Formats: sequence, structure tokens, C-alpha cells
Amino acid sequence: MSDIEERVKKIVVEHLGVEEAKIKSDSKFIDDLGADSLDTVELVMAFEEEFGCEIPDDAAEKIVTLKDAVTYLSANSN
Amino acid sequence: MRRVVVTGLGTINPLGNTVDTSWNSLINSKSGISKITQFDVENYPCKIAGSIDNSKINEEIVSQREQRKIDRFITLGLIAASEAISDSGFVSDNDNSSRSGVMVGSGIGGLDTIYKNSSILDDQGIKKISPFFIPSSLINLLSGHISIKYNLRGPNSSPVTACATGTHAIGDSFTIIKNDKADLMVCGGAEAAICPLGISGFSAARALCSTFNNQPEKSSRPWDKDRSGFVMGEGAGILVLEEFEHAKKRNANIYGEIKGYGMSGDAFHITKPSDDGNGGYRAMKMALKESQLNSDQIEYVNAHGTSTQVGDIIELSAVEKLFGSKKNLFMSSNKSAIGHLLGAAGAVEAVFSLKSIQTKTLPPTLNLDNPDTNSKINLIPHESISVSVRNIISNSFGFGGTNASLVIGI
Repeated sequence: MSDIEERVKKIVVEHLGVEEAKIKSDSKFIDDLGADSLDTVELVMAFEEEFGCEIPDDAAEKIVTLKDAVTYLSANSN
Repeated sequence: MRRVVVTGLGTINPLGNTVDTSWNSLINSKSGISKITQFDVENYPCKIAGSIDNSKINEEIVSQREQRKIDRFITLGLIAASEAISDSGFVSDNDNSSRSGVMVGSGIGGLDTIYKNSSILDDQGIKKISPFFIPSSLINLLSGHISIKYNLRGPNSSPVTACATGTHAIGDSFTIIKNDKADLMVCGGAEAAICPLGISGFSAARALCSTFNNQPEKSSRPWDKDRSGFVMGEGAGILVLEEFEHAKKRNANIYGEIKGYGMSGDAFHITKPSDDGNGGYRAMKMALKESQLNSDQIEYVNAHGTSTQVGDIIELSAVEKLFGSKKNLFMSSNKSAIGHLLGAAGAVEAVFSLKSIQTKTLPPTLNLDNPDTNSKINLIPHESISVSVRNIISNSFGFGGTNASLVIGI
């Protein structure tokens, strides 16, 4: 597991209160991990904070799985 | 006529995190007032309050993760609601859920959340404002959370009448059931304003006690000569009200009946009660009229009794005007032990009123060393009294000149 993936997973565990073992790379935050729409806004804020970047709204809307977040942050984080 | 009974009680307050633990402390003359340690109060004139230790918040009912997304007043309300609903034994289903509602209010709601987000906006900018900020601080979101958690799809609302909120919530729910708009209502109030903005705001209004910082348990002393302002408390009180036949049909335990509800406005001053106590008098009179009882049948007054200079005496004179000054009328203030829970006060005091009837015990007024009155009414100083009462009146008065009274009995 990449360093970025590990950090993203940690944030998801903290914010959604799900067990790490249950998070798969294609788990959807809303459909599979019990998040609601406001949780996803907060998740994106936490990603921005952790990775020191700004995620525009149109990009944030496309981050629906762990894999989406890792892909975006690998390409855009500092 | 539809009668309205009480089938469930729940509370978390400075004396305990259940009805029975806090009631036992109350009738054993324990005080829930202590020094404020949640934040630095060095420069505050008032350094004491009736706080609830975080360890008393049952995380099996509201998890840490959930607490992060809701203001403390909602957490406390959910804890008390859990106890009350489980006590009532009521479980909603598809048939009854649209006839079962929620009416839980708060005096100021998510004040500390508003304060913290305001600081974040100033210091870090708009991008750092939590998406949960608004839903965690709005007052009616507590009623919303309770309705979602327990599938209650009937009337859903939240009164906001400062320190009369809890009593209005119960009275309005009583009216809703009586008028056949619901069969069951989860109602009451919750408050969590022991925060920097809450304490400094009430201090600035010269409402808080600042003369007993070194003796917190002595600070709340209704009708005593040395009283000098109210002491803030936090917590929640929740009742399950139910139409009598509805309760009977499911064999529910019945604590008592809400018999009458009165309300009025002072039209006088934003923070002071009217000098002649006419607003409180009219609220009590309206509640008594609806109950169809005579004034002689009221045996105990669960007073608003906040430990303020003017309020305590004005309430006492209004009570005397309606019920007379007599030895066999009892009156005490739960605030002497738990402080003033603002929007939750009337609800917690209604819970205690029902326990007074059930256990045939009237709780004391603590610290009433030198009564500032010649009234013959028994103000139950220091220690509780064992006496069986059938009918109680419970009063709440709030900033803005709002008054509410309930007649509760068996």
C-alpha cells in the first residue's frame, strides 16, 4: 500500500468510523461506507488539510471511492 | 375529551445521567454545582456552574464520532430521549409513527459551535467552515435527530422561549395530543451553554451569581437573603406524553397526567419580570382553569426559583395571590441543587415533579438559611420532605417576559 493510500485510509477511518479492514480500494464512501453527502464534504476538507492542496468542487464531486481520492491526490498534492 | 398522561421520563443533569441517579442525589440534598474547569475563567466574574462531566455521557447512545457532528445540547438531548423512550416501552411502526411526534426545544442551542466556527471563519477563512456547522447548531435539529433515530413522523417542532422553553414544549405537546393531532409526543428541552460566550453573555447582563465562587455548592440559594443571581447548569429533560387510551392499550406505565397548561406575556421588560408578578400569576391561573381543579387542590409548587433578587420574591407573591399563604402548601426550587438549565429547566423540573408524586417525596430548597420572606408557605429548606401530593404546579419564566405553567397530577 502506498503512503498516500495509507494516509487517505486513516482519514476515512477517522471520519466515517468504519473498520480499516472493511475499506477496499473501490469502496464507495456513500454507498458502501455509510457516509452522507455532508460527510463527503468534510472528507474532502480533511484530504486538503492532510495533503496541503486545494480540491476544486468539480474535482471533489468525482471523488467517490478510496481509489478516486488516492489517484487525485497522487497527481495533485504537494 | 382526550386526556394526556406521562409514560416515559429521561434526564441528564448536573446531579446524574439518569432519572433515578439524579433524583436520589436531589432528595439527599446533594449539590451539582462546581467550579468551571472546561475553559479558563480567571477573568470571569462567575467561575461556577452545574456542569456534566464528559465521562457521564454514554458513548453507546451517542458515539464520539456522532458527537463531533452535533453540538453538545443535541448530544445531551439524545441521551435523555434515549432513557425516556426506552422507559416508555414505545416502539414506532408503520401504523403509529405518523401519529407520534417530537417537540424538544432549547434556549440558545449551539452557542459554542457558533462561537467556534465564527473564530475559524475569522482566523482560517471560509474553506475551513464545517459542513456540519449549521445542522449542529440549529435548535430544531434536536427534534429532527430524535425523529430520525426513533422514526417519529408526527408533528415536529421546537419552542425557543429562553428559560420557559422546556415547559412550553411539554404544554404545547399536551395541547397537540389533546386536540387529536398526535397520540404520542416526545417532548422537553436541552441546553449546553456553559461555554465562554454563554458565561460572559449572562455575566454582562448581570444575571449570574458571582459572590460564591469559592463555595460553589452554596451559590444557588432561592429566597435566601444572600442570593445574588442564578447559577448556570446544563443538561436535558425529556418526557413521553401519550393519550390516555393509547397508553392503556399498550399497558404502559403511567407516571401521572398533564392536567393543565397556561402561558402569558409580561409586555414589560426584556430581562426583568413585571413588578407585580402578573404574568406568572396569569400563566398559573390559566393552567389551573384548564385542569378544572380548585386552587386548594394544588399541594406543591415546583418553582421557577432561580436565586435572583427580584424574580424569587415576585414568583412567591404571585403564588400567594393565587393559592394563599398557608403552611400546608409546599414550594421548592430544584435549581438550588442543579442550577438553572435555561431551556432545559422546565423539562427537568417536570421530570422531578413526576418523581415527587411517584415517590411521595418533595425535594428541598438548598441553602435557604435566612429566608428573605415572611411567607407561611413551606419552602422546604435544606432537606426533602416525605409527603404524598396529588397535584403540582410547575412554573417557568423567561427573558422577554414569557411565562408558562403546567398542572401535573395523578
